This record gives sequence, structure tokens and C-alpha cells, in this order.
Amino acid sequence: MPYTIAETPDGYSSPGFFATQYDKVIGLARKNSIWPLPFATSCCGIEFMATMGSHYDLGRFGSERLSFSPRQADLLMVMGTIAKKMGPIVHQIYEQMAEPRWVIAVGACAASGGIFDSYSVLQGVDRVIPVDVYVPGCPPRPEQIIDGFMKIQELVGNEPLRRRYSTEYRELLAKYGIK
Amino acid sequence: MIIIRLKEKFGQRIIDVDLSNDMPVITIPADSIFNVVSFLKNDSNLQFEFLTDICGIHYPDKDLPLGVVYHLHNLRENKRIRLKIFVSNEKPEVPTLTHIFSSANWMERETYDFYGIRFIGHPNLIRILNVEYLDFFPMRKEYPVEDPTREDKDNRFFGR
Amino acid sequence: MDINDPHITIRPEDIDKQYTTLNLGPTHPATHGIFQNILTMDGEIIIDAEQTIGYIHRAFEKIAEHKPYYQVKPLTDRMNYCSSPINNIGWDMTVEKLLGIKSNKRIDYMRIIVMELARITDHLVCNSVIGVDSGALTGFTYVFQEREAIYEIYEEMCGARLTTNLGRIGGFERDFTPAAIEKIKALIKRLPGKLREFEKLLMRNRIFMDRTIGVGGISAERALNYGFTGPNLRAAGVDYDVRMMNPYCSYEDFNFTIPIGTQGDTYDRFCVRQEELWQSLKLVEDALNNLPEGDYHMDVPDIYLPPKEDVYDKMEALIYHFKIVMGEINVPIGEVYHAVEGGNGELGFYLVSDGGRTPYRLHFRRPSFIYYQAFPEMIKGAVLSDAILTMSSMNVIAGELDA
Repeated sequence: MPYTIAETPDGYSSPGFFATQYDKVIGLARKNSIWPLPFATSCCGIEFMATMGSHYDLGRFGSERLSFSPRQADLLMVMGTIAKKMGPIVHQIYEQMAEPRWVIAVGACAASGGIFDSYSVLQGVDRVIPVDVYVPGCPPRPEQIIDGFMKIQELVGNEPLRRRYSTEYRELLAKYGIK
Repeated sequence: MIIIRLKEKFGQRIIDVDLSNDMPVITIPADSIFNVVSFLKNDSNLQFEFLTDICGIHYPDKDLPLGVVYHLHNLRENKRIRLKIFVSNEKPEVPTLTHIFSSANWMERETYDFYGIRFIGHPNLIRILNVEYLDFFPMRKEYPVEDPTREDKDNRFFGR
Repeated sequence: MDINDPHITIRPEDIDKQYTTLNLGPTHPATHGIFQNILTMDGEIIIDAEQTIGYIHRAFEKIAEHKPYYQVKPLTDRMNYCSSPINNIGWDMTVEKLLGIKSNKRIDYMRIIVMELARITDHLVCNSVIGVDSGALTGFTYVFQEREAIYEIYEEMCGARLTTNLGRIGGFERDFTPAAIEKIKALIKRLPGKLREFEKLLMRNRIFMDRTIGVGGISAERALNYGFTGPNLRAAGVDYDVRMMNPYCSYEDFNFTIPIGTQGDTYDRFCVRQEELWQSLKLVEDALNNLPEGDYHMDVPDIYLPPKEDVYDKMEALIYHFKIVMGEINVPIGEVYHAVEGGNGELGFYLVSDGGRTPYRLHFRRPSFIYYQAFPEMIKGAVLSDAILTMSSMNVIAGELDA
């Protein structure tokens, strides 16, 4: 039985060639080689370290190489509480990432402020940057973080190539003040 | 005992001595804190050489509402002491302890950030934990915990 | 990047003197947690450092003034999140001190087991991260496997892995299950071998020793003046440990040594933490072997939640449950300060109560906040890579720094 790491998309195949849609092949390549930027602020960061460890191993999904520089990253993983003082910095990091870029908000604090309903905490990181997947939990178990990551992989695999040039996307970015 | 030595030196300035808690609590006027703490540190019988903590407190109903609480510790003989001073809202000024204990630096900045108490002689008295443009002192009792500028909270769900 | 950004300061005198300003900014792979250091450098030597913290200020003290005593506990776990049970049990003991209730020996020994396991996890993280910052990633992956074993023990006790909310004011919510005791025994058997492997990797390693000896040192007088406590102070040579000086929770029944260093540099901090790991493991073993019989909670129905089966059946139990969780309990007016030995040093809780539902004032004496002030003095004259190692060996945890 041959061992498959990833499933082939639908297409016409014959000895010597395989024809399918451009979107699907690029989606397949991108989703199995996401380079995450772990933006770990607090307790969820320690659960992320456990996810990267050998017990739960995020590396088998293709993201073995963490990038701490936003210029070289695809996925911004915001883990932990974002305070108002940190908001502009998250915004700056997001602006420095190149298209296509995705954002996953891990933990209750990044998704909606969590248990800290106070004057100094941003009630959810989606007030400063657009977010694709939210992972609830305080902190979420590594299995939950991996589930969120797999949903990002679905989004990456099915994304049409023209999405980043569309008007809806430009309006979304304009709403956050990102050029 | 410690109280006896303190009373010998500063007798008329001590406002209150309370021995009913877990450690002696002494209330003194705000401008004498520097002399009292240096005496406690340098005197060979007392030797309170470790500053454990500085924090602020706010009692809005009293005459002198803003207070600062100091905890000192004598590591050789394992004795602890708590000092309290109170200042008014109009003139919340207290001498700094950074020249005696370097750990007082950030602790006083934190007290300034939360309560607005100014420490005279502090090398760098600016906000430390909150954002720089915050224009009120958050831990005072008149301010709420939540952000007052939020519009998206529906009062029906929050029981108000 | 805006030149007028208030977070970046370029002083006019630096431009003439050819000093460079380097922003070791809040998001950086080497700062574990978010705090900013703006370094003024002459080539590679550091002249001065300016620190900005508060990037994760969550206003714990203000929130605690609005929560009943029972509900303040989840806030305490999120301070030093690498060893949350120590914070939880510290809070429980503070409230018990205010209420004037005494615990029995079984509760004390159970608390010691939990706190020492938490101390083991904290020191494991700190030491492996010193390895990562000097380039040795292997130690980190091996050590996290041991942390998983301890997480499983926490799950048996309270259901959560990291932010545990363990124990109650008045004891524990359940006794140690047989599965938990089996896992602790398995850990005691397994950990020494793994720790020795980790030590062999780093402790007498030529490269590691060259990188860490003499780096980031501080003398004992300056350390005391800066309010250092915990492993950082013990590495400088002062043997101050809250467990020995103000024994709480029956620590006086146990025999353990306090390791101290001589120079206060990074290598001493690494070795002191490593030796404390061995001492904590010994404490867990001793407490488990001598665990006395008794109840796992004190007899204080006013503050300890009744068992769940009674809450569903009996009326008084339901009323007590509701009153305790919503805070309608009789708390005396007074103030108390209680300190426990946290992973980083003396973690103090200053609680002022005015008899109401919630604390009138709660202040946490956080060791990371106090000793991080000394960082500029420790790295003056060192090169940049030494500054990174000093920062990681001090074990500054951002949650505790900003609270």
C-alpha cells in the first residue's frame, strides 16, 4: 500500500502528465508547507511550545521551520493576551507580512479578550487585524491548536488565486487601516 | 524591641502603632519616610536591609485618602515591619527611596502609574505598566475596571 | 516604521558619538515574553539599556477588587504561568491566614507535593531555554517530554494542564486518586535518569561553560539592594529561601539543602536551578512516602464548597455553595501579607480586607518585576549575545512582570 502524505486533487491523469486546476496544485503545495510566526505573548505560548515539542509535534504538518521574522512567514499565530500597548505592534507585524498571509487567534484572550475585561486589554485581536480562524480555550489543549491549524490548512488549500486582488479583500484591509 | 528604638528617635512624629496584625504596622507622616527608612536600614540593632514591597492604597472617605505601604525585612533576625504613610489628593508628594534601595525605582513608578502619587527626587517618574497617553490613574476607587469607551457591550447580557 | 514613534528613542548625542541604538523590541525570538530593551551600543559592546515593559498589562489588581475571594484564584494562575500551582496555593494560604484557619498535616504534605512538582516544571523550562539561547536545541525537546509527564499528573488532580486553578481555600477539591499516585511514583523513578542526561549535555560542556561563566554577574550586596530573591539571589551567594526562613505548610518537617553560588553569573544561576530540581524531587519523594492519614480538606463549611452530590440533593448545601461562590461570606476586617517561595523568588500577597465580598486591596509582590530592574547594570560592558543569555537565565516571565 503506497504511503500518501497528501491527497492528489481531482484531475485527468495519463502516463506522463497530470492535468488539474492551477489553484488546486498551488493550494496543495502551500498548505503542507506553512511557515508560522509564533507571536506568543503569555500562557498560550507555553502550550504552543508543548505543541511544537515531540509529543504533539506540529512539524509533521509541514511547519517545522518557525520564522520569527514577519517578512518570511505565512501564518501569524497570535497566542495570548494583547494589551492596548501591544496593539500597534501587532498591526506593524501584520503589515510587514507578504501576501498571501493568514492569521489564527489562539486562546480566549486573543479571540475576545478572555477573562480580562479591563481597561488595558484589547478585547480581541480582531480589533486591529483581520483574523481567519479562532481557537477557543484557556489555554487550548495542543490537540485544539492542531485542529485550528488544520482548519487553516483547509482555508489555504481551497483559496482561489485571485482572492487577494478582489475588492472585498481590499475593503476588509481598508477597514483595519492596512495598506 | 523595634518600636522602642523607633520611639526613642522619632517619638513625636509617629502617628500610630498597630501590633494586632501579623507584623508591626507603623503609620508615620509622609515627609519623614526617608529618615525613618534610613534609620531602620543603617542602625546596627535594627538592620532592616531588604525592601520587600511598596504599594499604594486609596481610601476615598478619609482626610488623607492616598496611601503608600512599605514592607521591610530584616534577613538576619527574620523580622518584618510594615510602614504606612498617607497624603492628600491636592498634594500627593512623597520623598523617594531610590537612593537607599535601588529596588524602589520601579515599585515607585508603578505606584505613580496606578495612584498618581508623585515621588520627589525619583530619577525617571513616568508611567511603567499602562500606555503613556492614559490620562487618569486607574487604581483609584472612582474608576471602573472595564474600558469606559466600549460601545459593543449589550447591557442585557451583562446583567446591568 | 515612524521616526516619531514614542517607543524608539534616538538621542541626538548618539548620532555624533557613533553609538548605535538597537531595539531589542517586544517581539523577538530571544525575549521570552514581551518586553522591550533599547540598547545603546558602541560596536558590539553595550553601553546602556533602557527598558519598556507593560506590553501585557492585564490589570490583575484592579480586577481582583471586583471578584469574590473564591473567584480571584484563576487570576493568580496567570501570573507565573510556568508554575501556576504555586501561585494558587499561595493565594489559598493568604486567605486562610486572614480567616485564621489552620490546615492539617495531610493537606500540607499534599500541597508540598504539588508545589515542588510545579517548581520542577518551572526550572526545567528555564534551564532548557538557556540551552536554546546558546544554540543547544536538543535539551529543550527532551525536557518538554518530562513536562508532559507532569502535565498528566496535574490533569489527574484538577483537570487542567497549564493554568491549573488547583486546590481550594480550605484544602483540595479531591484526594489524590490512585492513578495520580502511580504517576508520581513513575515520575520519581524516571526523572533522575533524564535529568542526568540533560546535565551531561550542558553542565560540563566546554562551549556552554565558556559562554556562561563570568557573564551577567552581580554581587551579593547589589543583588540585595535590588530586591533579588529566589535562585538569582542564591546564585549571588545569599542563602535566603522563604521555605526555610518563614516556614509555611509544614516545610519544617523536611530536610533539604539550599544550593548557593559564588559569583552570581549565568553559570551559577543554571547550576543553582539544576540543584534545586534535585532537591525538589527529593522533597516530592519524602512527602509521598510519609503522607499522613487525614482529611483532604479542613472542616470549614463557611468557605469550603460542599461536595457536589450534596449540592444537588440538599438545600443547605446548595445555599452554602451559592453564598461561597458569590462571596457572601464573613471575612474579618484586617490586612495580611503572606509570602511563598515561587519559581523565581519570594511571591508575596498583600491583602487588605474591609469585611466585604471582595478584597479591598490586593497587591502581588512579583519577583520578576523587582529583579528585572537590575538588568542594565548586569549587562553593561558585555556583548549582545551575552545580554541575551543573561536575560534568559534570569527567568523573566512576562505574565509576572506586568500583572
